[in-house]
Amino acid sequence: MEFKQTRQGYVDGLKELAKDHDNLVVLDADVAKATKTYEFEAEYPNRFFNCGVQEQNMLSVAAGLALEGYIPFASTFGVFATCRAGDQMRNSIAYPKLNVKIGATHCGISTGGDGASHQANEDIAIARVFPNMTVLVPGDYEEAKQATIAAAKYDGPVYLRFGRDSYPVVEEVHSDFTIGKAKLLREGIDITIITTGIMVGEGLQAADTLSQEGYSVRVLHLPTVKPLDTEAVIAAAQETKGIVTAEEHSIIGGLGEAVAGVVGEHHPCPIIRVGVQDVFGESGQANELLDLYGLRAKNIVEAARKIL
Amino acid sequence: MIDEEKITELKKKAIEIRREIVTMVHRANSGHVGGSLGATDILVALYYHLMNHRPEQPDWADRDRFVLSKGHCTPVIYAVLADCGFFPKEDLKTFRRPGSHLQGHPHQPKTPGIEANTGTLGLGISTGLGMALGAKLRKQSHYYYIMCGDGEIQEGQAWEAAMFANKYKLDNVIGFVDRNYLQTDGNSEDIMPLDPLAPKWESFGWKVFTIDGHDYQQIIETVEDAKQETKPVMIIANTTKGKGVSFMENEVSWHGTPPNKEAYENALKELTDGI
Repeated sequence: MEFKQTRQGYVDGLKELAKDHDNLVVLDADVAKATKTYEFEAEYPNRFFNCGVQEQNMLSVAAGLALEGYIPFASTFGVFATCRAGDQMRNSIAYPKLNVKIGATHCGISTGGDGASHQANEDIAIARVFPNMTVLVPGDYEEAKQATIAAAKYDGPVYLRFGRDSYPVVEEVHSDFTIGKAKLLREGIDITIITTGIMVGEGLQAADTLSQEGYSVRVLHLPTVKPLDTEAVIAAAQETKGIVTAEEHSIIGGLGEAVAGVVGEHHPCPIIRVGVQDVFGESGQANELLDLYGLRAKNIVEAARKIL
Repeated sequence: MIDEEKITELKKKAIEIRREIVTMVHRANSGHVGGSLGATDILVALYYHLMNHRPEQPDWADRDRFVLSKGHCTPVIYAVLADCGFFPKEDLKTFRRPGSHLQGHPHQPKTPGIEANTGTLGLGISTGLGMALGAKLRKQSHYYYIMCGDGEIQEGQAWEAAMFANKYKLDNVIGFVDRNYLQTDGNSEDIMPLDPLAPKWESFGWKVFTIDGHDYQQIIETVEDAKQETKPVMIIANTTKGKGVSFMENEVSWHGTPPNKEAYENALKELTDGI
């Protein structure tokens, strides 16, 4: 299995976009080596602005650049973008619906060794609650690149979520990326697994396990958490017996609750949310933490069995 | 030197604007009257003398931009924009009412002439700098006027912005601190001291001027001087909160309290006398 970083997909997307988008600029807040935007800086030094350790200022500056017709990509870690600079995301960017893209890396428990302070398990919830925000959570390197390119071509604020680690390359998600569109990876009638971000690989593995047991499993991948593809989600609720959601994020406020909300209003069915169970993480290697916090195919399978 | 006739004209305009401010806040029974009255002379000097702008073409690329970072003082900017012709004066009657484009704090997409969303303090300074950086990249030569409150710059973000402007040599930025020494809970030097303020901005790499923010000669000459500088400029404008209405002057209680009928009528009487 091949492993690649989603944050590398981000910067590769930026470099590709820069060629024919003269108004694309990149900002960072002293984590350019970690977010990988230093690679953009190396190629386009005049279109890169390192704001220092100033996430709040950076997001408002990005708003100003957008007001002057630029497409700013403001890059930092997810915890800083959403928690430290939440006011700026809300009032400088989302409220006036400015064309600012927030490239957030080091999201989720797989951030690893830095521990809970740096593991953004709440960022989807925060970004998604602001009106006008679009929230993209790509599943692998290629999809991260696609999401970055799609974000640049969309006029409005976008929160892009990437991880720190290297994650499995999942060929199945490399079809066309359209903001707001789910990707139907497996057709099935017994149960639906809905994934976002890096949980797509685990979701597919879980489907394989359940299929071997004779179940017909639908796998729906949602690289856009907002706007949610409600049509695909409602269809899953109507056409299968229940839904397991899987996200590398708190079960509060993320994909699981977004799905539960839509399903509850339109076609109630059993739903189990696989994700971080309302706890802070801890230091460890990414793989250890994904095991420890229940973010594996086997956890999805266990959840599915409760419904089946 | 600015001729006396021009200054008399600006002073008259300021009385009209101040009348509009107390009227708007009284009618809405909501809004920030004290800070708006205090900032009036600076806005009048900018919009009726110093700034290049086209009310009929609010998105004119070469216009000078004004960002009201102390976003709670919408009454003064709305009164000025309406008077300049950015939108009908009639709209002022809808201030803070449902359906109005005149929100309590500025909302750029809705109001012609408003350049940025501000209101949670500190944000507008950074947004103004981002805009100024954008103009620099295109080698445009217009100016960015950013007005912040003195209480506002207790926000850490203000000093992040101060560093940023210095790093990127944003000499197209002319800031004002509306230094009235009053904030919601009292005197700024009791709540969270800011003095000595000029050396703070200087040490962050800005050129600082300190002026009387009600003296048109000083405001205009200082802005002309500021344009010659090769650094970002901060003009510390000493002002009187509530300026022009004797019982509101230097009274912190008029920060966010609307005038009742009696206070409103008394305010108008004073503001009529000056014309």
